[in-house]
Amino acid sequence: MAEKLIHLIITRQDSPDSTPYKEEFKIPYRPGMNVIGALMEIQRNPINAQGQKTSPVNWESNCLEEVCGACSMVINGKPRQACSALIDKLEQPIRLEPMSTFPVQRDLSIDRSRMFDALKRVKAWIPIDGTHDLGPGPRMPEVERQWAYELSKCMTCGVCLEACPNVNAKSEFIGPFAISQVRLFNQHPTGQMNKHERLEALMGDGGIGDCGNSQNCVQACPKGIPLTTSIAHMNKETTKHAVKKFFFS
Amino acid sequence: MAKGHSFLSHKLHSLLGLFPIGLFLLFHLTANYQATRGAEAFNQTVGLIENVPLLLVVEFVFIYIPILFHAVYGLYIAFQAKHNVGNFGYFRNHMFLWQRVTGIITLIFIVWHVWETRIQKALGASVDFDMMANIFSSPAMIVFYTIGIISTVFHFSNGLWSFLVHWGITVGPRSQRVATYLTMVVFVVVTFIGLRAMSAFIL
Ligand code: HEM
Ligand code: SF4
Ligand code: FES
Repeated sequence: MAEKLIHLIITRQDSPDSTPYKEEFKIPYRPGMNVIGALMEIQRNPINAQGQKTSPVNWESNCLEEVCGACSMVINGKPRQACSALIDKLEQPIRLEPMSTFPVQRDLSIDRSRMFDALKRVKAWIPIDGTHDLGPGPRMPEVERQWAYELSKCMTCGVCLEACPNVNAKSEFIGPFAISQVRLFNQHPTGQMNKHERLEALMGDGGIGDCGNSQNCVQACPKGIPLTTSIAHMNKETTKHAVKKFFFS
Repeated sequence: MAKGHSFLSHKLHSLLGLFPIGLFLLFHLTANYQATRGAEAFNQTVGLIENVPLLLVVEFVFIYIPILFHAVYGLYIAFQAKHNVGNFGYFRNHMFLWQRVTGIITLIFIVWHVWETRIQKALGASVDFDMMANIFSSPAMIVFYTIGIISTVFHFSNGLWSFLVHWGITVGPRSQRVATYLTMVVFVVVTFIGLRAMSAFIL
């Protein structure tokens, strides 16, 4: 019996500025394989479908269990993690493309700096460093901790930005994940102390105002984060903040 | 667009869509509906409106300027999006696309409609039942107005849904789903009022 093969069509790009092109691969199938496994097979034996030797395909991955967010790519039209994309569940030929919202570094590896810049801009952290011991922080009610934990699962993978029609080259929109992170840190008992700074950041250009409610993000997020609930909630909070600021300061 | 004002501009755009533009739309279609009670009733309603004190000021402040801002900023928003219903065929994403498509259709419709009625009035024509009956003597205009009314009412109804989210009134998925059903009812009812009013002018 002929060996079972996996057919891949990969959108490649040799350098950040070069023109993308497609290359096809036919690699041997193994049971239980995921997309990363297929890419490793190409790395081991970089021969394309025409039988020519080529450069191995470049990609990024770390955790291999869908928690780091590094391996996001567009697989058969949908942005998702390559490590949790099982070959058995994908229609062939499998099309792999880099996420077009981000600058491509090489092949499937992209630069997600804009997401880390967005997190810095909205101050998605809790400032606790000081010159002396501040003692234990206030406790958080268990009911709130439960949903806050769900928001904390964000792995900055970029899928929600790729899915959003308002995140593109013509817009400065920071993306759904950053808005949800503001909700997370503004809920935290210690984080609350700086909540105005984060609200102000959300009210800047490219902030929450740019959301147009397509709600693709909540459908696409691999972690099931209730992004649209976070956005609507922050819509309320930023509006309240704007009104208060106008009348009382 | 001006730096640093995007939040405020978006909020103003959203607010104007409902107050006063949306309310004006409801008022306008209800006034037209009087035509179903005959030419006399319609002309009376028109006469009532024309007697509003400082009508021109009211028109500019509550209708022309808000629509102008909403339309110009709306076009800017509409052309900023990179539509992707092909890969993300979810209901809300389709509505997102249609909100923008109907915004553009509505703009074309409003410009034509204002030219044919309000500007003709400014040039000396009188707005009454006969004027509208004359417009609708052309089948092409009946088709054009039908598309225009459906498009405008869709834009208003789905805009109402979006407004509720933009102001943090419907926050969770359940209230947003209920709002979808309610705004669908608004769409059906208001479309009926609009089209029924038009049909009264078709002799
Ligand atoms: C009868 C005239 C109109 C009415 C009653 C109306 C009403 C509304 C309402 C209520 C909204 C929802 C606001 C929100 O999302 O918070 C909206 C949004 C919008 N309108 Fe209009 N509108 C009208 C005309 C137009 C025109 C002429 C355009 C121009 C293209 C336009 C473009 C838009 C766009 C793009 C949005 C979406 C904004 C967003 O979700 O970010 N509208 N409109
Ligand atoms: S919110 Fe979800 S889709 Fe967006 S970056 Fe975080 S984990 Fe990825
Ligand atoms: S490698 Fe970490 S999410 Fe896939």
